[in-house]
Amino acid sequence: MAAPLGTGALTGETGQEKQDTQEKEKTIPPERAEEAKLKAKYPNLGQKPGGSDFLMKRLQKGQKYFDSGDYNMAKAKMKNKQLPSAGPDKNLVTGDHIPTPQDLPQRKSSLVTSKLAG
Amino acid sequence: FLGAGGGNDIQWCFSQVKGAVDDDVAEADIISTVEFNHSGELLATGDKGGRVVIFQQEQENKTQSHSRGEYNVYSTFQSHEPEFDYLKSLEIEEKINKIRWLPQKNAAQFLLSTNDKTIKLWKISERDKRPEGYNLKEEDGRYRDPTTVTTLRVPVFRPMDLMVEASPRRIFANAHTYHINSISINSDYETYLSADDLRINLWHLEITDRSFNIVDIKPANMEELTEVITAAEFHPNSCSTFVYSSSKGTIRLCDMRASALCDRHSKLFEEPEDPSNRSFFSEIISSISDVKFSHSGRYMMTRDYLSVKIWDLNMENRPVETYQVHEYLRSKLCSLYENDCIFDKFECCWNGSDRQVEFFSLCTSDIPSIVMTGSYNNFFRMFDRNTKRDITLEASRENNKPRTVLKPRKVCASGKRKKDEISVDSLDFNKKILHTAWHPKENIIAVATTNNLYIFQDKMN
Repeated sequence: MAAPLGTGALTGETGQEKQDTQEKEKTIPPERAEEAKLKAKYPNLGQKPGGSDFLMKRLQKGQKYFDSGDYNMAKAKMKNKQLPSAGPDKNLVTGDHIPTPQDLPQRKSSLVTSKLAG
Repeated sequence: FLGAGGGNDIQWCFSQVKGAVDDDVAEADIISTVEFNHSGELLATGDKGGRVVIFQQEQENKTQSHSRGEYNVYSTFQSHEPEFDYLKSLEIEEKINKIRWLPQKNAAQFLLSTNDKTIKLWKISERDKRPEGYNLKEEDGRYRDPTTVTTLRVPVFRPMDLMVEASPRRIFANAHTYHINSISINSDYETYLSADDLRINLWHLEITDRSFNIVDIKPANMEELTEVITAAEFHPNSCSTFVYSSSKGTIRLCDMRASALCDRHSKLFEEPEDPSNRSFFSEIISSISDVKFSHSGRYMMTRDYLSVKIWDLNMENRPVETYQVHEYLRSKLCSLYENDCIFDKFECCWNGSDRQVEFFSLCTSDIPSIVMTGSYNNFFRMFDRNTKRDITLEASRENNKPRTVLKPRKVCASGKRKKDEISVDSLDFNKKILHTAWHPKENIIAVATTNNLYIFQDKMN
């Protein structure tokens, strides 16, 4: 997962600042500035601020989609021709492409002892 | 008597580090929970691979009065395995979300460990004797020829090398549709609660086939879902009281005596928000990732993305104290949303309690009260509630010699970076400290980085 932040200009603010009417320039709270940046990048971002979308995603964690019919058909056809295989995101085995045996992530338990105990 | 502020500030020193040195971290090795037992003698960790490792503190050596006992591996076992729910097409991770110790009642130790769906009660017991001198068996287990047995003897217990065995005594399954985020043992030591995103269940430790639902916030129409439960904990003294926090930054206190289903809270703790400051990120960063009662039960602490708040149970409309953990991240929220870090769930903890001191103290500021929480770049923060001082320390293998006091760290939010300061853009957001624990009685802390466990203690003279 990409961790480093972009080199956004540091605004020099240490926290949320209320509008200072004494100064000529009105400062935008850093949170609002960040929100503007996000909306500029993703104009179609949901109407509800940080709302149901991410809650739904949280509740659906772990959900896998698999069609055994498609899978068995693909397994049978594999001998004859090349089928579109999973793209870079191997975890999204949905109806859009036919899952093949090599696409399915291997799930096995950790039989190895934790390195903390080493 | 101790002076105001509980005496001198603690000087933290590196003590030990557990785990692999290599940078290539396997998913399974990611530490997901850390917890001391009630005496502090045992320290348990859980990881993403479903394994539990328990460390035991060495008994203090009379000749080594300069340091407290080291923690060495005591027991390790596979608590949970990955599962697949075929009916719901749901993959169930083996990751240990929480470990909670039971108070010790006999020679054995008991702990609860949970993944997303199943809670297990584990018994950890020692075996240091074994019976020898059977009549019908040889020492290696082979059966003797009965015709060769001419005398009878009574088998006796003889010492053997210590063996620590972990066995699952209870499995509490099939009670949660959503993902379990918390477990909390009641002060009655007979029941405990488990909380998932939408429901909280009450269990009896002896009974696995029944569980009572005490909170249910699932809306009739899921499209109306606006908040989820993020953490829950029983009050340390009042066995009918518990709290649960939400993704909207609220905490509800419930009393089980009021009704069987505690859907109506007894108290609602919420800090009013300034509507002019509201943004897309407001709700996300207000989501509470951890809630912990103080030892006395008078206060509770909550952790949201940027701060730690202390609440007085007698005051619902705002926290009594707020501590900024890493306010400089407020101007980085866009990037933190894009790389998902904004959803990181940091935990928090109180310092240990000397109950006697608390009881006899005339002045509360004589009792040390410090809260600790993690941040990024393997930094962790402590806030002294009495002196109002705070410190940032780093868990790192560099510059960590035993008994050398840790150097405080400073993040430069803006302007010219001073020597030894680190700028916000240089912080490593992959190095998160989400889990920390404080020994219940001594100034010993356990801090988990991604795959290593650090133990620090205060400098003894």
